[in-house]
Amino acid sequence: MQVTEPKIDFSIAKNLGLNEEEFEKIKEILGRTPNFTELSIFSVMWSEHCSYKNSITYLKTLPRDGKRLLVEAGEENAGLVDIGGGLACAFKIESHNHPSAIEPYQGAATGVGGIHRDIFTMGARPIAALNSLRFGNIKEKHTKHLIKGVVKGIGDYGNCFGVPTVGGEVFFNDCYNQNILVNAMSVGIVKVGETVSAIADGPGNPVYIVGSATGKDGIHGATFASADLTEDSAEDLPAVQVGDPFQEKLLLEASLEAIKTGAIVGMQDMGAAGITCSTSEMSAKSGTGMKIDLDKVPTREEGMKPFEILLSESQERMLIVGVKGQGHLLQTVFDKWDLECELIGEVTDTGRLEFFHEGKKVADVPSQPLVLGGGAPVYEREFSRPTYFDKIEAFNINAINQPSDFIATAKKVFASPNLVSKRWVYEQYDSMVRTNTMTTNVPSDAAIVRVKGTEKALAVTTDCNPAYIYANPYIGTMIAVSEAARNIVCSGGEPVAITNCLNFGNPYNPEVYYQFVHAIKGMGEACRKFETPVTGGNVSFYNQSVLKESTKPVYPTPTIGMLGILENANNYMSLNFKNENDAIYMIGAAQNDIGSSEYLRTIHEVEHSNVPHFDLDVEYKLHETIHAIIKKNLVQSVHDISDGGLFSCLMECAMTSNLGFEISTDTNFRKDAYLFGESQSRVIVSVSASQEGALQVFLGENGMPHTKLGKVADTRAIIDGEDYGYIKDWKTVHDNTLHTHLEEA
Amino acid sequence: MKFGVVIFPGSNCDDDMLHVLGTVMQQEVVPLWHKENSLPNFNKEDCIVLPGGFSYGDYLRAGAIARFSPIMQSVIAFANNGGYVWGICNGFQVLCEAGLLPGVLLRNDHQKFVCKNVYLKAQTNNSAITSKIELSTALKIPIAHAEGRYHADDDTLKSLEINDQILFKYCSEKGEIAEQFNPNGTAMNIAGICNKNRNVFGMMPHPERASEKTLSNTDGRILFESLVANSAAKVTI
Repeated sequence: MQVTEPKIDFSIAKNLGLNEEEFEKIKEILGRTPNFTELSIFSVMWSEHCSYKNSITYLKTLPRDGKRLLVEAGEENAGLVDIGGGLACAFKIESHNHPSAIEPYQGAATGVGGIHRDIFTMGARPIAALNSLRFGNIKEKHTKHLIKGVVKGIGDYGNCFGVPTVGGEVFFNDCYNQNILVNAMSVGIVKVGETVSAIADGPGNPVYIVGSATGKDGIHGATFASADLTEDSAEDLPAVQVGDPFQEKLLLEASLEAIKTGAIVGMQDMGAAGITCSTSEMSAKSGTGMKIDLDKVPTREEGMKPFEILLSESQERMLIVGVKGQGHLLQTVFDKWDLECELIGEVTDTGRLEFFHEGKKVADVPSQPLVLGGGAPVYEREFSRPTYFDKIEAFNINAINQPSDFIATAKKVFASPNLVSKRWVYEQYDSMVRTNTMTTNVPSDAAIVRVKGTEKALAVTTDCNPAYIYANPYIGTMIAVSEAARNIVCSGGEPVAITNCLNFGNPYNPEVYYQFVHAIKGMGEACRKFETPVTGGNVSFYNQSVLKESTKPVYPTPTIGMLGILENANNYMSLNFKNENDAIYMIGAAQNDIGSSEYLRTIHEVEHSNVPHFDLDVEYKLHETIHAIIKKNLVQSVHDISDGGLFSCLMECAMTSNLGFEISTDTNFRKDAYLFGESQSRVIVSVSASQEGALQVFLGENGMPHTKLGKVADTRAIIDGEDYGYIKDWKTVHDNTLHTHLEEA
Repeated sequence: MKFGVVIFPGSNCDDDMLHVLGTVMQQEVVPLWHKENSLPNFNKEDCIVLPGGFSYGDYLRAGAIARFSPIMQSVIAFANNGGYVWGICNGFQVLCEAGLLPGVLLRNDHQKFVCKNVYLKAQTNNSAITSKIELSTALKIPIAHAEGRYHADDDTLKSLEINDQILFKYCSEKGEIAEQFNPNGTAMNIAGICNKNRNVFGMMPHPERASEKTLSNTDGRILFESLVANSAAKVTI
């Protein structure tokens, strides 16, 4: 890092990640050459991470309003959805990929901390967390190191903070060997009308920094998140922040208590780009400015430079604009919680951010041009059809031989790290604190979280099968949204809105940009169909492995975090079989399709194949059907067919209750497609004898394709008369495979 | 009977305890801030609960800093005077650090935080929180901790046994007590104990997470019901 102020020219701007055009624009905005501090401010605010400069044009095509939305996407720190009864739900998902790839423990921990802060900075109390993790090959030593670090980081932070981790997903593929993905989601509850905005209204109002002291960690973290990960990236370690969940817990309680005093005008957490980002976004939103004295900012060490204080991404800090004359009310609350609450400046009417250090003005920049929607650059990149699509189009199912031994095949597919229980992971997370998690004892396709003081529950899920998106970004992303909605519908809930975390490669690669553009198109179509608007989220580009001669992007991974509502919590539907001899039905039509399935990758080692069969209208009709049969109480259990196909689905229904099943496949289809194919829009239900007639009538009247597969049996799995053995033995494999990979290999 | 739930900085099961005692069990319950240095209006038949969480971040050692919170002097005096004190998870750790219960809680033998349902068997009916529990049944009650391995020297363990101070042991779903059902390497499968005077209780599992039909598990309720019944008996005497 610089010790003296260097002479500013383009080479320095370039080092900070700015291009020539951007450097010229900065000079034009200021009417002069910026000093190093000012240039640093522009570089972080115009980084991909803060400015969304390469994505915003397409993000704006997504459906962003709906009858339940209380704020529009991007307007606040997180989306806000009216859930009725005077309550709203704030929720958002965010990536922390690059920090986690370098330092998995702190990277993942601060990812969790950051997303929770986004929720409680709005005045909502976080009540549930989810996460979506992508790792490389589990057999690699490096992958094991990353998994252990990430899981411990998420656990240690969330467990101490006291918010349960109620759901999520873990997916392994070689494409993530170097660049793992860590996406964290937080869900909070707030009374309608008691939220706090990230605004800086009222010139003359005091500006406070609260929470932890500012250190040198995470400087230029936002710029770092917007650059390719290379083998030298480990040298960027100071760019990774360090988390303190205990401080965050105090900050949560103190912030919510401080809001109640009425002495807060606006509040914003400090995440990427620290004081710079919070001051510029808050003032830009209010059309005001701020004067900030950096000497007043509590620091962890002596002699920090202005740009270091401004760009520090030290965690567990908030910027608060208070009501003039009521500072004592805030001070009392933060004193109670033994937290720093320091007056560092005031709101002005100049529209400019003026930072002072040792009595001198060290930076003077207008706030508006710094921010998204203000003057930050907006680009549309070129895109072109990826050449690997040729290989996908060349795939022919008829060239794949059916296995001769289906039991052995089932065992191998079922033991894939992508299909086995993630128990080794989730048992390290407190999933029950706050005593709202209804799915602990009775599992369901979505996590069900009771809302205390009401009859309601939230149904939440994260979904995305990156292999599908890779095969077809447009349809694959429609499937991701559909699967999330299907999970909520199968659990008895009504899907209401989504948040997204868009993990892609380098946007300057036209093939990557093609994936991005088409994924957004698919997402928009599916969200419009299900009336689940996009409330916000984040974009993470530059996820790729840098090899000696080339770069290889990760699979395009637009993770969907979906929120659903159950008006009556006790009406939720579980996925497990209930009684021996209940009939098992598949609702939805089978297909001769093994495209992009775990089976195809595991058994036949085929990477390029078609996206699974999918039709959005058929999917929508399935949801309406499932919603109705749950409401009419026509079924005992509901579980959707997804990764691993029918076989995995039946096993999951059976294992929880230690019941078996006896089914027949349909000879009109390839048996491997029938058992392991992942064609979409299918659900398995179990039905008691007293319900069966009514179910058949209902499905018939609604023209919904369905097949009676067989029945729930005692303790074994029987398929086409062939004995697949005891369920409990399959469960042992399911429960212990990850443990074996991670602890014993 | 009245309950007080102490809130240390970093406590995070305080809300759950207030909810279960107040809303579910319909008992009078008040939150107590750790900086308070007295416990006015609490009598012998009342109970002070030290809830779960990460008091002071569990930095240094779980419970090691919380024992110095101002309120702990009053809690110790209250216990010495015969009042009920019940520590759950982090609360159990604080009670051991404060010397109200013997032994310590060490890092789990597998070195990881673990959150899951486990089964417990009450070892005695001779305590206010176990008096109504059928000794042959296994209760399904979750654990969630990184430092839950109970440890004490052999003499202390022996005296716990002789004095009937072991309240709960980890067991199988069917009630079998064996090493394979020990979730953290704890001595003698111990999940909870009481003091010699039988008015201070410490346990790692969370009964407050298993007390509502909505959560499909009510096995933990009987501990609260036992305590309330015993408090009533204490008043009658």
